[in-house]
Amino acid sequence: MCSFSKFCGKKLIAMNPTEETQSQHSSQTTIIMRCFSYLRPHWKFVAGVYSSMLLIDLIAMVNPQLIRWTIDQGIAKGDNSLLAMAVGALLVLVTIKGVLTYFEGIWTETASQSVAFDLRNALQRKITELSFSFHDKAEAGDLLSRAIQDVERIRFLTGRAIFRIIESVVLMTLTAGMMIWMNPRLGLLAMVSMPLLIFRSITFGRVYRPLSLQIQKQLSVLTTRVEQNLRGMRVVKTFAQEESEIQRFNVQNQQWYDLSAQSARMQANNMPLLNLIANVSSVIILLYGGTLVINQQLTLGELVAFTTYVAQIVTPVRYLGMVLPMITVAGVAGERIFEILDTAPLVRDEPGAPDLTLEGGEVAFEKVSFAYGKQAGVLKDISFVAQPNQVIALLGTTGSGKTSVVNLIPRFYDPTAGRITIDGTDIRAVSLNSLRGQIGMVLQETTLFAASIRENISFGKPDATQAEIESAARDAQAHEFIMQMPDGYDTKVGERGRTLSGGQKQRLAIARALLTDPRILILDDATSSVDSETEHLIQVALERVMRGRTTFVIAHRLSTVHAADLILVLDKGRIVARGRHEELLKSSPLYGSIYQQQLKK
Amino acid sequence: MGFSIGVSGPGMGPRNAMETFAEGGDTRGQVYNPRVVSRMLVYLRPYLNLMALAFLAMLVESSLTLLAPYLLKVTVDTYITQGDQAGLIRISMWTASTFLGLYLATRTEQYLLSMVGQRMLANIRRDLFRHLQNLSLGYHDTHIVGVTVSRVMNDVATINDLLSSGIITLIGDMLVLVGIIVVMLFMNLKLALLAFTVLPLMLLVTVWFSRRARVAFRETRTSVAKVVGGLAEDIAGVRVIQAFGQENTTQENFSAVNQVNRNANINAMSLSFIFLPAIEFMGILATAIVLYFGGRAVSSGEVTLGVLVAFLSYVTRFFQPVQELSRMFTTLQSAMAGGEQVVKLLDTVPEVLDQPEAIDLPQVKGGIRFENVSFRYRPELPDVLRNVSLEIKPGQTVALVGPTGAGKTSIGNLIARFYDASSGAVLIDGLDVRSVKQRQLHRQIGLVPQDSFLFSGTIADNIRFGRPEATDDEVETAAKLANAHEFIIAKPDGYRTRIQEGASNLSVGQRQLVCIARAILTDPRILILDEATSNVDSLTESLIQDALRKLLEGRTAVVIAHRLSTIRSADLICVVDNGQIVEQGRHEELLAQGGVYAALYQRQFA
Ligand SMILES: Nc1ncnc2c1ncn2[C@@H]1O[C@H](COP(=O)(O)OP(=O)(O)O)[C@@H](O)[C@H]1O
Ligand SMILES: Nc1ncnc2c1ncn2[C@@H]1O[C@H](COP(=O)(O)OP(=O)(O)O)[C@@H](O)[C@H]1O
Repeated sequence: MCSFSKFCGKKLIAMNPTEETQSQHSSQTTIIMRCFSYLRPHWKFVAGVYSSMLLIDLIAMVNPQLIRWTIDQGIAKGDNSLLAMAVGALLVLVTIKGVLTYFEGIWTETASQSVAFDLRNALQRKITELSFSFHDKAEAGDLLSRAIQDVERIRFLTGRAIFRIIESVVLMTLTAGMMIWMNPRLGLLAMVSMPLLIFRSITFGRVYRPLSLQIQKQLSVLTTRVEQNLRGMRVVKTFAQEESEIQRFNVQNQQWYDLSAQSARMQANNMPLLNLIANVSSVIILLYGGTLVINQQLTLGELVAFTTYVAQIVTPVRYLGMVLPMITVAGVAGERIFEILDTAPLVRDEPGAPDLTLEGGEVAFEKVSFAYGKQAGVLKDISFVAQPNQVIALLGTTGSGKTSVVNLIPRFYDPTAGRITIDGTDIRAVSLNSLRGQIGMVLQETTLFAASIRENISFGKPDATQAEIESAARDAQAHEFIMQMPDGYDTKVGERGRTLSGGQKQRLAIARALLTDPRILILDDATSSVDSETEHLIQVALERVMRGRTTFVIAHRLSTVHAADLILVLDKGRIVARGRHEELLKSSPLYGSIYQQQLKK
Repeated sequence: MGFSIGVSGPGMGPRNAMETFAEGGDTRGQVYNPRVVSRMLVYLRPYLNLMALAFLAMLVESSLTLLAPYLLKVTVDTYITQGDQAGLIRISMWTASTFLGLYLATRTEQYLLSMVGQRMLANIRRDLFRHLQNLSLGYHDTHIVGVTVSRVMNDVATINDLLSSGIITLIGDMLVLVGIIVVMLFMNLKLALLAFTVLPLMLLVTVWFSRRARVAFRETRTSVAKVVGGLAEDIAGVRVIQAFGQENTTQENFSAVNQVNRNANINAMSLSFIFLPAIEFMGILATAIVLYFGGRAVSSGEVTLGVLVAFLSYVTRFFQPVQELSRMFTTLQSAMAGGEQVVKLLDTVPEVLDQPEAIDLPQVKGGIRFENVSFRYRPELPDVLRNVSLEIKPGQTVALVGPTGAGKTSIGNLIARFYDASSGAVLIDGLDVRSVKQRQLHRQIGLVPQDSFLFSGTIADNIRFGRPEATDDEVETAAKLANAHEFIIAKPDGYRTRIQEGASNLSVGQRQLVCIARAILTDPRILILDEATSNVDSLTESLIQDALRKLLEGRTAVVIAHRLSTIRSADLICVVDNGQIVEQGRHEELLAQGGVYAALYQRQFA
């Protein structure tokens, strides 16, 4: 969708512009520091890592000296026992180094994997806690890529990356010191290339980073493209839009290629160039050092050791060149992660909110108004009382606010004005968990998990027995068709229950709600895809099980609503009529016309 | 390590499906799969000349890499120990130009390789996407969106490692290895053989490692897929999770999966941290051997100091490609696994295919006939339709009623040929739907499916989907007919209102209205409304019906609905039960029959 694509590209979710986002734009350093703070609980590993690193670097310092000594003292003087000793020492040192490397690696990995683990847990927790208004806006793909890829970048930062950086600096300092100690002039000469290498790395990073961010963004555009296309495949096929979908994809694909080709060109130059600088500088050392050896101012062993040091000092510089740009990338990743972690749910418990204790289950709306975000009001001045044991039906044109009314009861959203009470207690004063625990809800859009039918029904009560599950399924008129499935209750339903017909999905959702044995039941268009006969059977069963409970029903078929104790007719967010069926027939022209329309033409 | 981007919307990557994914990602046993390689090489063909150039550059690079230590030997032996200052300067110039040449060669090689690599990636993705458009709904029913997305994005990316840089680096490293071996043997046979004594040991370690690594890295792949899957499922089901207060359970579940992934990663890396130091140790062991025996040889005058120094340098260089190769091994494995998945997808044959002799479908009049049609979604599933025969005349409005799961939607699916009947035939204007081109068939059918899917984008974009060239006026007219205009202009941005994730900013009924407008705009000859107004109130619905009646003058319509008010006035009502049409006729006739329909009717108006 050419014109659609401009939305796919946006990087940060435009989260609820009102209260939810609290993330103030923190500076890059603050974010990076915050990333590192996740290492704190694992400080023992970190301490182990850096101690090992110091030891390893010291060994790296000693090795060339050992070789130098071997050449100058052992070989040149023909002392074979000295030679054997030196070689033995070399092997011992390398063994120690190997063992240390192992632990250093494992500890780095453990610490950084633990950071990733903690971050992912925190994100998942936050995501399941954030209220509906957040999820209305957030894109699933975007949330996922934050929890997977961005966390992966932080893991890299807190693991290998920072380790490399510190190691590089330590190694460079030690090597430089060593070289200057051995031969100040040669040492300084060896260092001449350093500023060049560092400068080169930094300028490269500066140019490369924005490009790589752009590529990342384009990749996610491409991903969204494919994902939207697949999810809407039925629509694409229905409208025979395959060709234009391919065209749209190709445009984005080509854009990705252009960016990648640009980056390939830059990268193809970078590493070889750094190597060239390093190599040429070692030639210069060899030239100058060789002259010194010729003039007897330096031993051959020293020269060999020197070239080893030069090789050693160049590696960290190259690492820095590679790793430094990644810090910035990790900074962006951190920003994206903390943006979510810092979002406070719009709907949340008051501190120390008590649990809700239900007596009758009377639900009252008192002058409730409501709007989604900053948009115009959706509900205005809604007041009604649902007595315990009553069935309340909501009726009204599409978009009149029926769903919005029932979404307020379990506090999926909070009203903008007025209050809702259950048995006289304001629902905002009790804990969310206890409130929702008393409410059984069948949402308008059936969401099933791709698991077995049994797992789906027992979702709200994981420890339910087979007998309980079956009885809920029977009440929802689902038992029969479940038993006809190849594996009965163990039949897996496809992604989003795709292999079930619409009415079958709805009946599973009803069974799921009934199983939790709720005091308040909300059925939001729960039987819209169920035929009237089956629906009637469900109603009969409900009448039995819902005795002593309060039920809210949204439906369009009058047969569903006309037996209700109270029918609320909504129009444009207001209650325009209320009463029982017979009363409304007389008092409400709107209700009357709905009735007429359904009864006969 | 390929963690998969599980980018997808609601309902991607649930638990059991992730297990399937895990199986799909399995790399069992196969490090080298000739079919995958040959299929992928096809993509290289257009760039053979560039690849040849890259290969040439690689040859230059390898030989220059080999030359450098030799120059070092000459420097030490011929000039420094001899005290030849002028020679030293000359040889240094030579060495420097060698490095310059190395730089140019490497740069050229890398540039060419990544260019070709990216080009191929783009081409493979292009072909995959095209292929996905041709696969029938049967494929899409059984494959998780997120997994398919990850095929197109992630698996293709891993192939890049295999094709471009992989092959060349492999050959390059091999060449360097062989070269070093040859040069060392020539320089000093005895020393060389001594140094090579560590090789068998190294081989042993490598084999041990690669065997373990394969298992360990495969585990990281599966476990991360489960993390993605678990999280995706939590996001998709977040409303249900909150409604049922199951936040804690899902958090525990997720944490468990997350933990497994963490341990798998640490486990896999710990293997590397044994392997890499072990290889390094072998390297130093070889150095020590050379140093010891070489040292003795130098003191006894058998070899020159320069040879020893060059030897040491060669030994070091020898172990670099070895390490590189063993690292490549894991990359290769995941590339091969990715390649297998991609090839498998590319080779999936659409179940519903245009026949080679498929004809163009002329403008249809709208007659639909089912002749003894039986149908099942997959061979292993039971029949959904059994021996259905049905005759719809052009211009008729036909209603399908019956219990859920009876097969009504399936009948609609067969008319549009989203699936093929298992036996019997579906005919439109007397033409078998299997004998005409699918897309032309689809273009003349307007289908409003049960789940009202809207793309991200604006409301206008969505209405225009089937006819991108439609003018604003036409869009508005369609929206008015579908009774959507009023609510659309009430939105702050009107037709430019963005559809949020999952179309959450429209009520479910409003989504259905937009879908109807979308179908109306394409002016179809046959309209199929599958519970298209189930969430719309009956007043609005009757307005839509009136509008459609005018619009559909002379066109065929198939309507599936439960509200009898929706279907009462149809020309023909078919009662579907258990995969069969059990009653058909007009409203009055069926009522008089006193059968299933009459009972349904009584139920609704009792
Ligand atoms: N999450 C949301 N964000 C913004 N607007 C919304 C959202 N959900 C519903 N709306 C709007 O609020 C109005 C009432 O919707 P709803 O209560 O779902 O109506 P219905 O009576 O059909 O159930 C509609 O105009 C709809 O577009
Ligand atoms: N994509 C699918 N794969 C497998 N089975 C399916 C699929 N779609 C529907 N079914 C099964 O086919 C039967 C008929 O479904 P459907 O035609 O949707 O019924 P209706 O529209 O009458 O409610 C149901 O038992 C349903 O579970």
